[in-house]
Amino acid sequence: MSLFLLKRFATFIATLIGASLVVFLALEVLPGDAAQMILGPEAPAETVQNLRVKLGLDRPPLERYLVWMEGLAQGDLGVSYAYQTPVNELLGERLAVTIPLAVMAMLLTTVLALGLGVYAAAHHNRVGDVGVMGFSQLGLAIPNFWFAILLILLFAVSLGWFSAGGFPGWSEGIWPAFKSLLLPAVALATVQAAILTRITRSAVLEVLREDFVRTARAKGLSRAAALWRHVLRNAMIPVITIMGLQFSNLLAGTIVVENVFYLPGLGRLIFQAIANRDLAVVKDAVLLLAGMVVLVNFIVDLLYAAIDPRLKVQDT
Amino acid sequence: MALLEVRDLVVTVATAEGPADAVRGVSFTLERGQTLGLVGESGCGKSLTALALMGLLPEGAKAGGQILFDGRELVTMDEPARCRIRGDRMAMVFQEPMTSLNPLHRIGRQLAEPLRLHRRLSAGSALEQAIKLLDRVGIPDPARRADAYPHQLSGGQRQRVMMAMALACGPDLLIADEPTTALDVTIQGQILDLIAELVAESGMALILISHDLGVIAENVERMAVMYGGLVVESGSTASIFRTLAHPYSQGLFAARPGLASRRGQRLATIPGNVPDLTELPRGCPFQSRCRLAIDACAAAPPPPVAVAADHVARCIRLDEALRRP
Amino acid sequence: MSIALRLPRRALRHPSFVLGGVLTALLIGVAALSLVWTPWSSYEIDVPNRLKPASALHWLGTDPLGRDVLSLLLTGAQNSILVGVIAVGIGLGAGVALGALASALRGWVEELVMRLADFTFAFPAILSAIMLTAIFGPGIVNSIIAIGIFNIPVFARVTRASANAVWAREFILAARAAGKGRFRITIEHVLPNISASIMVQATIQFATAILAEAALSYLGLGTQPPQPSWGRMLNEAQTLMFNAPQLAIFPGAAIALSVLGLNLLGDGLRDLLDPRLARKR
Repeated sequence: MSLFLLKRFATFIATLIGASLVVFLALEVLPGDAAQMILGPEAPAETVQNLRVKLGLDRPPLERYLVWMEGLAQGDLGVSYAYQTPVNELLGERLAVTIPLAVMAMLLTTVLALGLGVYAAAHHNRVGDVGVMGFSQLGLAIPNFWFAILLILLFAVSLGWFSAGGFPGWSEGIWPAFKSLLLPAVALATVQAAILTRITRSAVLEVLREDFVRTARAKGLSRAAALWRHVLRNAMIPVITIMGLQFSNLLAGTIVVENVFYLPGLGRLIFQAIANRDLAVVKDAVLLLAGMVVLVNFIVDLLYAAIDPRLKVQDT
Repeated sequence: MALLEVRDLVVTVATAEGPADAVRGVSFTLERGQTLGLVGESGCGKSLTALALMGLLPEGAKAGGQILFDGRELVTMDEPARCRIRGDRMAMVFQEPMTSLNPLHRIGRQLAEPLRLHRRLSAGSALEQAIKLLDRVGIPDPARRADAYPHQLSGGQRQRVMMAMALACGPDLLIADEPTTALDVTIQGQILDLIAELVAESGMALILISHDLGVIAENVERMAVMYGGLVVESGSTASIFRTLAHPYSQGLFAARPGLASRRGQRLATIPGNVPDLTELPRGCPFQSRCRLAIDACAAAPPPPVAVAADHVARCIRLDEALRRP
Repeated sequence: MSIALRLPRRALRHPSFVLGGVLTALLIGVAALSLVWTPWSSYEIDVPNRLKPASALHWLGTDPLGRDVLSLLLTGAQNSILVGVIAVGIGLGAGVALGALASALRGWVEELVMRLADFTFAFPAILSAIMLTAIFGPGIVNSIIAIGIFNIPVFARVTRASANAVWAREFILAARAAGKGRFRITIEHVLPNISASIMVQATIQFATAILAEAALSYLGLGTQPPQPSWGRMLNEAQTLMFNAPQLAIFPGAAIALSVLGLNLLGDGLRDLLDPRLARKR
């Protein structure tokens, strides 16, 4: 079992390093002189050169990569040009918004998708199933930022229960901060839930066809009991795989949704940093995003091992 | 009162071309402690008959007719009542031991499940019972095995576990649907012996389903031969094997490859194929392949005719059939 | 072939296909119509009549610059179709070629192509599209290129998977035994046989492209003014939510209906064209 964990952890680290290389190379390959773009085409050549030196852009790529990696290991991520603050502080502030948001969205998605997916499978080919699939199709078609705007229209403008955007900060109290993340989480959760509902439904239908479900019924278990005790756990295996893969889409969704709600989160930061050519921030923020995705997939791998005893035995 | 009385059982399945009768009027009686074999090729309806008895027909299939179990009618019984009977008074063992156990649950837990469900035992006492059952079916080191997962057991061992699960609540009737077909030949004998032992010991009735005449011949007192959803010949095993009456039974028997056959000797076959469910003719289902078929065979399914004491066959040309060389 | 003859009749009985077909036809029809006629001009500004609610004159009201919302929606359809067609075209062209190559050559070529595809999937497409458009400049051309690039691995994957299945079939072995080269086999046998799954994927990618373009335009990185774009209309509508909430509804509905139509069409096509792919619903 520990061998399995060790191998997975090694893969995790390797993927992170790979991601950092990709991020670095991508920014490397992009044309245009970053310093020039920040200062604008009118700036005199000398000022541009000074900025280049200041940003370290005149050093060879390999050296810049290693310096970056060294800095990461020590927790020093450089300074944001646009905000004139250390990047790690900046990222920390933003994560305080994006992580709770992502977690809430993930929870909402899971509850919704599992509930609807199992319901649809249990009512296969009847009205309930058709209804759920219909909702799922709608969920897939609706752009998340439009849904976000509609939510604002209904709950903020019309009913006045929520504000139309912004984040009061955690220091003002947990409830106001939580409230400001609720609508965004719902907006993010819808598309994910649409996809996951279908996956859950097919996974449950597949498992229902398995022989051991027939055995369970032969023992005298009712349909509902067989579903709960035998089907669900087995159906979770493909479902959590997809959830892991979907997480990167979720994070991508935060880029747009945080913009809709004016939330000072990681997604919005990335967007602004790219627009401002704030390279230090872009590099670190994108790597952080990629790191979160890899971490979630690592956790999914661990969950597999916890759920499926057949995996544990392989490496002993 | 007989333990089980099946009267004109019909099972209708949904096919791409519309509903079709896969079982077309099966009747038989089983007394307490009796053993019955159901024999026939794939598609003759024997498995569906068993599933109908248990109330486990697949989606889209419906049962008609009457099934009286201990005097209670099963076809019209509501589902919760049927759930109470299933696994408790009537149990079933299936063909594929490799996939019949939940891979994510331990053996002990799966064995304990019917005990907890029907006898309301606590987890601890149910597990104790489960270990005893494992021992009874011949699993070595039962306490450790109870902690194991299905993938850690061989096919033969898994089938023993299935038997243990079926016996857990001491049912009056055990249905074994091709219990050895998926197992190695060397294990088959062991499993069949185990079934015979358990049946003799507990006094429960047994319905053994197989396509293998050899298995039927050695393990059941009475048998029924099925073809195209009908029982074409039934009675005591001894009598049937002494005098195979129905042309189909004769063909089945002749088709068995014998160890004494000479090299180059062609295997006897029954010409033609098992007909599609939706294309079954009116009248005797065997007409299209029968060497003795005449026009009258198509009129209606032949009525049962007595061949000997406790031996009945459904054929209007029995005298011809019995006169075979 | 009897399958082809039965197809139109089966198609008409398949609810997804019919609904999807109707909605998609509506989208295309509307875009085509707007090329020659719209109730009002989508480009002329009419400030005195700004933010009017729905009326007999302006069926859906007017926008902050006085333009007729209905006309803007109709013209916006052109945008969506343009992006969809070209981006999917890029993805299809390069993706199918790469996938077919990977499948025909196997070995390290296949490994390389698939690893590259896998890696691009790990990075959220919208993020990279944002980066590309931010660096190279916003605008419809760059958005199309960005979206197109992200379609390439999708088509490469689907092509390779389907092509592998075809290569394994008997008649291909026969063709190779007869001495036909891999290139000819690919052109003459493999591609025609995978065209069904490619078509289905293309419809779905069309839908994804429309969503992606809308998101980019919403963020200001896509279609630039004065060309009407549904995504940008939503952005403008958001700033006026308290004054003119109705503006936020129509462009989003247009996007949703188009995407829904294409998804349903894709699902319907999948069920109809390859019964083996049709999942039990």
